[in-house]
Amino acid sequence: MLHTVNKSPFERNTLDSCLRLSAKGSAILLIEDGVIAAMKGTVQSAKIEGALADHSVFVLGPDLKARGLAEDNVIDGVKVVDYAGFVDLAVEHGAHNAWL
Amino acid sequence: MAEYQFDTEGVKKTFTFMNRKAPYGTVYALEVLETVLISAAFEQHANIVFADDGVYQLKSGHDTTEINMKNFSPTFGIIEMEKEDADEDDDIDMVWRIIVEKESMEARGLTEDDFKVEVEVLSAAELAELIDSSDCVISG
Repeated sequence: MLHTVNKSPFERNTLDSCLRLSAKGSAILLIEDGVIAAMKGTVQSAKIEGALADHSVFVLGPDLKARGLAEDNVIDGVKVVDYAGFVDLAVEHGAHNAWL
Repeated sequence: MAEYQFDTEGVKKTFTFMNRKAPYGTVYALEVLETVLISAAFEQHANIVFADDGVYQLKSGHDTTEINMKNFSPTFGIIEMEKEDADEDDDIDMVWRIIVEKESMEARGLTEDDFKVEVEVLSAAELAELIDSSDCVISG
């Protein structure tokens, strides 16, 4: 299953709920304001750093770029994908759970 | 104009409906509820899940007269009836479950007695497996 999170962890509990209720081995893609969770050195970074033990984690490049967030500052182990990569993830993982 | 035919005969999937928002403040709760009812028309399996502030949707005693909004909580009574029909009638091949996440319920100081309908309480770990095993997740 592919989980997407589109809210900032500073504003909502969406990421927390996704991490609590997603099965081990499922993929997580951070999109829209959700990309903020992928940044190194914030008080929220530990959430994604911890999630990498059980999940593959991706972040949508165009949403980073739009917000002036550098790929170099993305947490190690999180993969940056473009829209085509998003489509590949959706195809590969079957069902999609959009955490809102 | 082309006429589209959808062959849904015999198609049976398990839908998980994720209710994570409190009622009335936003339209999410009502919109998910509508999709639940649509799935009944197509005789699909449904896990109707309440987590985070979504657990407040099931709270008994909603009275919206003073906020000028429709109280949609009676619809949960319909869902419960639909579930009971599906459970009891062998001709209806449809399994419906009404599920509350234990952690969300307890975090809000609620118990099963606070709810309008009978629910199954599952831990986050149990719920994660259930979500993962469903064919389609509709979230709100």
